[in-house]
This record gives sequence, structure tokens and C-alpha cells, in this order.
Amino acid sequence: MRFALKKDKSGVVVVGVEGQLIVGNRQELKQKVLDALEEGSRKFIIDFSKTGYIDSSGLGVLVSLSKKIREQGGELRLAGLNADLQTLFELTKLDTLFAITRTAEEALAAF
Amino acid sequence: MKLDVPSDLGMVGDAVELVASHLPPGTLSPRRISFNLRTALAEALGNAIRYGTGEDPGRTVRVRVELGHDVVRIHVVDDGLGFDASHLPDPTHPDNLEREYGRGLFVMRHLVDDVAFNEKGNGICLTLRAG
Repeated sequence: MRFALKKDKSGVVVVGVEGQLIVGNRQELKQKVLDALEEGSRKFIIDFSKTGYIDSSGLGVLVSLSKKIREQGGELRLAGLNADLQTLFELTKLDTLFAITRTAEEALAAF
Repeated sequence: MKLDVPSDLGMVGDAVELVASHLPPGTLSPRRISFNLRTALAEALGNAIRYGTGEDPGRTVRVRVELGHDVVRIHVVDDGLGFDASHLPDPTHPDNLEREYGRGLFVMRHLVDDVAFNEKGNGICLTLRAG
């Protein structure tokens, strides 16, 4: 499991989640995003195109990050959910809380 | 298969992979193993470590996998005081959507065919039927 963080030329921070986002690594993702927020970044995309599964702790950290980013006047988008992950967001009704796009490119274009 | 998982949230991912990778092919589809089983087991282990053993490094959580002809049962037991799952708020209620916690059992119940607690509440059994 790994988080790959890069900044797009328009300043959007894209974080790729490789493997899984679960109770054991959610703090790492949270810290990476908060560090970027602290450095002034305000637009974030979390790319799940290489993510196998997310547990409720992973969902929780996304909810927490979304709130913190919004409080700072920023925006968080999610991208690349496979069919199972999409179903997970729908059954937890978190698809109503997040802007979700099929790909990171679509999320970038939406900013 | 039996596994003693150290009471360390950082071990959950590895423990899940160990169980998933040692399941014989055939009973569950690759997709159900890849997503449903992994997610539900991560939930159960995370809860056991966080709430059951309190992340105390001196304690462990026991995992036992029972294989039937057309069913997989995974038992996760900690040595904690137990948990009453009978009165939990609905995490999908609008008032609860922005809560960081409270979705674990809900997610488990939707991903596996049955979730059962032992009498004390410190053990959970996840059942996944063939398919």
C-alpha cells in the first residue's frame, strides 16, 4: 500500500492510493493531505484507480479530510472508483457527500 | 487456518492478505475474495484491535477460518470486554453522514452473507456463501 502524491501544473494535488485504504494506513493519507493543505494547496483529487478496497476507517478519513479542506476554502474530489468501491460509496450514502468522477483527468477538468 | 494477529492496526493489511491468499480457489469468486472478504475482515480486525484489545501491543486477536463445501466462515475473537451491537445509529442518516466513525458494522453486514457475535460480544463470525 502506497500513496503517490503529485501536483498538477494548475496546483491541484493528486494523491494516488495504491493497494488499499484501511485502518492501518489511513493516518498516513490524512497526514500527507493535511501537510499539503498547510503548505497552501486547496484543490485535491484522490485517485482510487489502483485501489483494491477501502474499509470504514478509510471512508471516515475521507469524510474528515473533506471537511477540513472545505473549512480552508478548498475542495476535494474522488476519482477512479471501481464498481465495488462505487457500490460501497452508494450503500453508505457517501456518494452524496463527495464529487466523484470516473477518472482523475475528469476531476482535473472539473476544477 | 488459524492466525494470531498482534494488537497493532498496522498489521491488519498483512493479516487480511495472509488469509485471502491462503483460501483455496473455488468456494468464493475472486471478486468476492478481493473485495467483500478483504473489506469485511479488515473491518473486523480493526474493530477487535481498536476496541477489543485497545491496541495493547501485549495482546493478540485470534482469527480462525472455517472452510465448508460452499461456505467460508471467519471468526475474529479478541480478549476484550465485548460489544453490544444492538443499538447503533444508522450511519446513512443525514445527521450521521459527516461522522468519521460508525460505519464498520454496517459495511460488514452489507458485504458478507451473515455477521454474528458471540454471547460476550468479543467475537464475530463472518459468513460468506459460495459465489
